[in-house]
Amino acid sequence: MATATPTSFTDQVAVSDEVAEFSPAVVEEMRSHLTKYPADRTRSALIPLLFVIQRERGWVDNAGVNFLAKFLDLEVTDVWETATFYTMFNLRPVGRHHIQICKTLSCRIMGEPEITDHICSKLGIHPGETTEDGRFTVTMVECLGSCGTAPMMQIGFDYYENLTKESVDKILEDCN
Amino acid sequence: MVFVENGHRLSVYRDHGGYKSLQKAVGMAPADVIEEVKASALRGRGGAGFPTGMKWSFVPKDSPKAKYVVCNADESEPGSFKDRYLMERDPHALIEGMTIAGWALGSNTGYVYGRGEYRYLLDIMDVAIAEAREAGMLGKNIFGSGFDYDLHTHTGAGAYICGEETALLSSLEGYRGHPRMKPPFPAVEGLYASPTVVNNVETFTSVPQIIEMGGIAWRDLGTEKSGGTKLWSISGHVKKPGVYELPMGYADMEKFIMEDCGGMLRDDKKLKAVIPGGSSVYVMNAGQIIGQNVTLDYEGLVAAGSSLGTGGMIVMDETVDIVESTKNLSEFYKHESCGWCTPCREGTDWLVKIFDRITSGGGRPEDVQLMLDIADNIEGKSFCPLGDAAAWPVQSAIKQFPDDFKKWIVNGAASNGHVVEANM
Ligand SMILES: Cc1cc2nc3c(=O)[nH]c(=O)nc-3n(C[C@H](O)[C@H](O)[C@H](O)COP(=O)(O)O)c2cc1C
Ligand code: SF4
Ligand code: FES
Repeated sequence: MATATPTSFTDQVAVSDEVAEFSPAVVEEMRSHLTKYPADRTRSALIPLLFVIQRERGWVDNAGVNFLAKFLDLEVTDVWETATFYTMFNLRPVGRHHIQICKTLSCRIMGEPEITDHICSKLGIHPGETTEDGRFTVTMVECLGSCGTAPMMQIGFDYYENLTKESVDKILEDCN
Repeated sequence: MVFVENGHRLSVYRDHGGYKSLQKAVGMAPADVIEEVKASALRGRGGAGFPTGMKWSFVPKDSPKAKYVVCNADESEPGSFKDRYLMERDPHALIEGMTIAGWALGSNTGYVYGRGEYRYLLDIMDVAIAEAREAGMLGKNIFGSGFDYDLHTHTGAGAYICGEETALLSSLEGYRGHPRMKPPFPAVEGLYASPTVVNNVETFTSVPQIIEMGGIAWRDLGTEKSGGTKLWSISGHVKKPGVYELPMGYADMEKFIMEDCGGMLRDDKKLKAVIPGGSSVYVMNAGQIIGQNVTLDYEGLVAAGSSLGTGGMIVMDETVDIVESTKNLSEFYKHESCGWCTPCREGTDWLVKIFDRITSGGGRPEDVQLMLDIADNIEGKSFCPLGDAAAWPVQSAIKQFPDDFKKWIVNGAASNGHVVEANM
């Protein structure tokens, strides 16, 4: 059994006013992003800060968005407007290890389909799904700039290149 | 391309002459720096190939607004991975190039906009920027010239369209990555409605070499019209894929693939197709390459029926079905269309639908013409060049590989009980 990972924002219409809380260290980190931009242009920090929210909360959730709106003095809808445009923001929880397999041309002709089948049958899920234990999500993504070392995938932010079934077995074993 | 071990460290970079060009540049008049870049015939390496010196000269000198230097490190073009190599192994060359641009343009702030997936590269850049700041190559009064300049990295979050320079600026301001109307061009009204120069990673990293050698000498590494050297990312069915630096005008494309890159991955499989400049250019068939003496530069690839683009070369052997490979790219463009304008948003969707029909055996003889009509309604009629990029692979695939389409449609129709003579 697997749970689907909807990516639609409308799944979250049950909006609440809850505002996430973060440790002083995280708030400090968020403030440090603001210093890169002119004082009247803090909205520029929105994407970097959404990544902080995603890292801290596991996904971009309502309470995190509410926090950012307050933090940057924006409307909640401004934050959603940006967050929903970019594929890297998970609008639903994902597994602890987010496996993103490149499906674009160079990877496709260098063996991606076998790798995808291998990973999915090992984990017992289809692309777009999360394992029941919450460890893995598999997503098919577009070219990640590793075409010369195809086929490839990214887990979280880490690149894994020149994949073979054997190397994939080892990589998945090392994911706790 | 020679990469020095630990070349990402400031000390190693300086041992190899790093930051000498910056020191030289801040001793020159800004206008003279721009003249050197013009003389180098450097054309932007992000795909469009616009002359860099000319772009820099469009920035108004008398504007009271702050000016910005933005590096486009979004590198999301399928087949292209050269900017990744540069940032991983030579981050200080990028910092030095952007700082020289800052001096030439009268800017005090630069941003490196990297695609979100390139997180580890932005971390490398952050370390390099901190090193450079510490050593006084960034910050206040650089090399005692009175010039202040600082750099910051900024992350995107997964959107090919953010490589388009105006969409990139929207994204850098914290908005959705929608392209903006041009004019005004970024040089006049870019980031925060201020004069902004956007250049590719490889473009900026060429600048220190140009200042060191002099524009003319750098140009003469290549040809008169296509100056300097170029990084090629090569992937697909060759023995030695990777990033190669070649002089512009290198002769020839066949030799590059068959000798420099080790030839075909499987010796018993023949070359079928090459996309020479990243997914957004015309696909070429083997007959356009083998024995044709195609030179690797802007002019040579246009003459051969394609274009240089980003230099992301995808090599396909005879096992590849061009209907399937083109469908794969159409899916990419459909996914990456930002949805802002109708021809691109709807057209890319229809192209994928028709490809799906063909590859599931339901193709109709008129489908090829239908796809050409749709591509024609996207090309030149969309808000930004992503539309053209979506149309060109389809148009060229149909032109260069008619048999692949015919095979699918004839077989598909036959399996559906129809007898057709595909007249394509
Ligand atoms: C859809 C689209 C995607 C693009 N992606 C990139 C990219 O990832 N990197 C890049 O440098 N230029 C990209 N460009 C080209 C930029 O719009 C712009 O021309 C370039 O950054 C200018 O730098 P250059 O003159 O140094 O090439 C893209 C253009 C389009 C239309
Ligand atoms: S051409 Fe495509 S990517 Fe460009 S603005 Fe229109 S919908 Fe967006
Ligand atoms: S096609 Fe997979 S990384 Fe480029």
